[in-house]
This record gives sequence, structure tokens and C-alpha cells, in this order.
Amino acid sequence: MRNIYFFTILFFCISPLFAKQIEVCSTCDIKTIKEAILIAEDGDEIIIKRGVYKEHGVILINKSVKIKGIGMPIIDGEFKETILKIKADNFSIEGLKIINVGQSYTKDFAAILVSKSRNFTIKNNILEDVFFGILIEKSHYGTIENNDVSSHAKDQASSGNGIHLWHCSNMQASRNTIHGVRDGIYFEFVKKSKIFDNNSYDNLRYGLHFMFSNENEYFDNVFTNNGAGVAVMFSKFIKMRNNIFTKNWGSASYGLLLKEIYDAEIENNTFEQNTIGISVDGSTRINYKKNTFSRNGWAIKIVGACYENDFAQNSFLNNALDLSYNSKINSNKFDNNYWSDYTGYDLDKNGIGDVPYRPVKLFSYIVHNTPEAIILLRSLFVDIINFSEKVSPVFTPDNLVDNSPLMKNTND
Amino acid sequence: MFKILKYSFYDLMRSRWSYVYFLFYLALGFVLLFLNNDINKAIITLMNIIIVLTPLIGTIFGVMYYYNSKEFTELLLAQPIKRSTIFMGQYLGISISLTLSLALGLGIPFLLYGLFRSTAIFDFGLLLVVGSFLNFIFVALAFNIALSNENKIKGFGYAILMWLFLAVIYDGIFLISLLVFNEYPLDKFSLIATMFNPIDLSRILILLKLDISALLGYTGAIFKKFFGTNLGMIISFVVLFLWVLFPVWRMNIKLRRKDF
Repeated sequence: MRNIYFFTILFFCISPLFAKQIEVCSTCDIKTIKEAILIAEDGDEIIIKRGVYKEHGVILINKSVKIKGIGMPIIDGEFKETILKIKADNFSIEGLKIINVGQSYTKDFAAILVSKSRNFTIKNNILEDVFFGILIEKSHYGTIENNDVSSHAKDQASSGNGIHLWHCSNMQASRNTIHGVRDGIYFEFVKKSKIFDNNSYDNLRYGLHFMFSNENEYFDNVFTNNGAGVAVMFSKFIKMRNNIFTKNWGSASYGLLLKEIYDAEIENNTFEQNTIGISVDGSTRINYKKNTFSRNGWAIKIVGACYENDFAQNSFLNNALDLSYNSKINSNKFDNNYWSDYTGYDLDKNGIGDVPYRPVKLFSYIVHNTPEAIILLRSLFVDIINFSEKVSPVFTPDNLVDNSPLMKNTND
Repeated sequence: MFKILKYSFYDLMRSRWSYVYFLFYLALGFVLLFLNNDINKAIITLMNIIIVLTPLIGTIFGVMYYYNSKEFTELLLAQPIKRSTIFMGQYLGISISLTLSLALGLGIPFLLYGLFRSTAIFDFGLLLVVGSFLNFIFVALAFNIALSNENKIKGFGYAILMWLFLAVIYDGIFLISLLVFNEYPLDKFSLIATMFNPIDLSRILILLKLDISALLGYTGAIFKKFFGTNLGMIISFVVLFLWVLFPVWRMNIKLRRKDF
């Protein structure tokens, strides 16, 4: 007790002038993180030393402190509730291993919950067996960097998301690894934020999920073997660059789902071995440029109500079906793409095929109307009808053509 | 029976056509692997060829061999040997020599390109097994047709028609019925319809083992549930086996009654 008094007096004297360090360990004066936070002041640094701390419901309010773990101290929530709750500006959390977050069907328990905060950093943490990993509400200018979030999600109803942002802006999520949760990264009502260099795999639902989030960017991420890849829904002005979407393979899977998206840029991405590379539904003014689609079931599946999409300089390599298209052409354009199925010639040697290419085959048109017909894939009969349709198109939209298909694959 | 089997086998081994067939597969294997070094991709291309070509070659070889060796067969029939022994010997002789051409012709290039170091070895094995089944099935069907038709031209005509029907027309009818009965649940129907055509059955067996299984799962989970499991595999192979047994059985019935 005396120590605490001593420290408290000391803080009141010194803290306005100097930031001090508070050490937490099993042999220190301060043994729990809760105590440390209680006595901490603005600008202090809480150093948590190696050890296991069985704590949950730790609350940090209105104190700008730095919490730093040395030697990866373990904070074990014992499956009770949210472990760290924070509402403060200018704080940071670094080098902690937070495990065992409680599960709930009514409350969103998280390893780290941040609400109404500004200018914070959460980095180099390991979060294991979480319900929600990092849950951030109504916060701005935060950085979430180099965290490893994982869990053992069994079904969607009883699991949470790795990094969940709600009503935030100007956030940055980078170099995180997320696996075994429901959605790897979930953005809901988030503006002007960046997601890059993350690796999101083996998640139950989506690797990355956008809802009502405008003007965001995500690039250089890898999304592998998630329930359904990446979903971008009801959002505007999203930039997607240099991402890799692979092995999102399953009966209702896709690499990227676009639903009600406007004015997006999709550039330089790689879609490999997905059931559907990109599934597009009600999306308008989107530029697809320099993407590579290889060995997907469908490279692109356009469901309907899509206007003024521009597909240029993409490579379509060995997909079972390149394009599935159900409605009118609706001023969507295909130009300068490379199609591995293209059989035309280039007499003037300018690298552009002299014969237009029709990406929609009769068979993909039939499969669109009668899904069961997919069982005839690669049958000789199907090859014959595809060929005859190619020679004289009757069923497939006759203005859906790539007038200048490339002769060589330009994206490597 | 083994003597006759041995005789027709050696006879075929000496014949030019077996070598042509063998060299064709050898060249095909090398060219495919030369054009893209990826064994997995080569297997997908190979599937398209095996599914169409093996039945065709089996049919033509079967019919041709029957008509060509007719006089010799009649000579044999004069001896105290059972009819079924003679024809089964011949049937097995052709089927085995064709299968050997297929297995060696494709096996050698793939082995040279490092099949054993690749993960595709099971897919390749399945491809060969399915190809062999198709050989046995179509040679048996061809023998049936040849036995029922004394007229060579007619026999050839029917045999080609049979191949055309199973390889192309059947799928056409299948597709049209799928389109016409669009409103009804078609999963079970298409599952059963594939069972009645050995070419379709082998195609789907291979497709499901290769990377396209999820496409099928997208519409009818029932296909994947059926073919994807071990039970489905076993049932499919049993059906393929029945496809061999039934024509062979009919061949034997036909033999007993036939007046040579």
C-alpha cells in the first residue's frame, strides 16, 4: 500500500513534466495490468514483462498510455468476456499475446475493443482463440499493424471477425495475418482507409468484407482458401490493386464478389483456381485492368444490372469458362484482353488479333439458364456446339466481343 | 482359351496397326508434355482425347478384327473347342493389346517427364484405368455388332453409329432434355442419365478427380456428394464393370445360337 501511495504522490509531482514507466510482472510491485492502468497518467508507458496474466475486462479510459509487452506476455481471458476495452486518444498496444476470448451470441466480445478513439497504434500482437480479434468502433486515424489473429471458428453464428471496423475513418490495417475466424477483415461504414500486405486465409466466410464503406483502398493482400474470398458490397470509390485471390474453391465460392459497387478500380490482381474469379452483381463504372485470371471455373460471372464496366488488358488463362453473362450488353466493354482460347491470327503483326473474340460461349449461355447442364462440360457434343456458335452466333449476345484481342499474354 | 488369347495377342502385336496406335499415343504424350511442362495440365488435355478416341479406336479395331479373322475363326470352329473359348480368347486378345498400347504409349513419356515426382500420379492412374475400361467396353460392343451382322459394310456402319451415338448424340439428347424439363428437379435424372453412357460416366469420373469438381458442386451438390465420395467412386466403377460384363454376356448368348 505504501508503495502505491508513494507512486501516486510521485506521479502527481512528476507526471505533468515527465512520462514515466510502470512495470508489471509477477515479482514487481504492480502485479496486474488493471492496477497499472489505474495509476497510469497521460503519456505513461506500461511495460508488461513476460508471464501469464489471467485478466479480462481491463478498461482504459481517457488516458494516453503506451502498453508494451516484453517477451510476449500472455493475457489469458479464460473465455469470459472482452479482454481489453479502450476509449482514449494517442495510445498504443504492442507486443502482447492475448488469448481465449469468451463466446457469445448476444455480445461482441473481443480481444481488443477500441471505441471513440483517435491516433492509436495496435501492433506486433498475437491474438489466439478469439471471438472478435480487434474490434474498433467510431474511431479515427488508427493503425493496426503486424498482428497475428487466429481462432478455431466452427460455424458462422458462433464466431466473430478477425479485425472488425465499424464507423471509422482514416484507418490503416497492414501486414496482419488472419486465419480461422469468420471474416478476416470486416469494414462496415468505414471511410478513407487502407488495407495492405495482409494475409487472410482459411476463414469461414470472407477473407475481407466491405459493407457501406466508401473511398477505401486495398492492395498487396493475399486471400487464400476462404469460404468465399472477398466480398465488396454497397460501397463506392474502392481501389483494389495487386491482390492475390487463390483457391477459394467450393460449391458457392468466388475470389471476389462485387455487389452494388460504383466507380471502383480493380487493377493488377491475380485470380487463380477459384470456382468463380469475380462475381459481379449490380455494379457500375468499374475498370478492370491488367488482372490475371487463371484456372478458375468461371473467370467472370456477370449476374445483372451492370453498366459501363470496362475490361481492358486482362489475361484469361485456361479457365473452364471465361465469361458468363445473362443480360444485354449494357455498354460494358471488353478490349485488348488476352484470351488463351483465342484462335484468331495476326497478319499485320501488330500484336492484336485480326478477328474479334467472343468470350461468351454457347455452353456458358446454356449453363447460365440450366445450371445442371454443367455436367456436360468437356463433352465432345459441347465442343461441337461451341464451335458452330462461334462460326455463326445465334444465341449469345452478338455485340459482346473483344474487337482487339491480344496475341500474347502481357501480364506476368 | 489362353492359347487362343495368346495367338490373337501375338497376331495383333505383329500387326502394323498396334504399332501405329502405340506410336500415336507415344507422340501425343511427348508433344503434350513438350508444349507445356505441367503434368497436371497435360492430363486435362489428355482426358479430352482419351474420352473420344479410345472408344472410337476400340470400336473400329473390334469390328475390323472380327471380319478379317472370320475365315480363321471358322477353321477353329471346326475343331473340338468351345465357341465361347474361341471368341473370349479373341476378345481378350484385342482388348489387352489395345490397353497395352495405351498404357505404354502414354506411360513412357509421362514417366520420362517425372510422373513419380508429381502429385498427379493418381489422376494419371485413374485416366489409364478409365481408358482401359473404355477399351474393354467398346471392343465388346463392337464384337456384338459384328456377330449380329454378316454384312461387313452394315457392321461397320452400325459400329460407327454406335460410337457416334454414345460420344455425341447421347449428350445432345441429354442436353435438350435438360433444357426442355428445366422446370423440374433434374439432379437425380442427370445422375442416372450419365450412368447409361460409359463415355459420360468416365468423363465425369475424371472431371471430379481433376480440379473441376467445385463447378459441378455449384449447381448440384448431389453430383459431388455422389461421385466425390468413395462409395460414389465404387459405384461408378461397378457400373463401368457392368458395362463390360453385359456385352460380353450377350456375346456369349449370341454365339450359342449363331449359325456360322
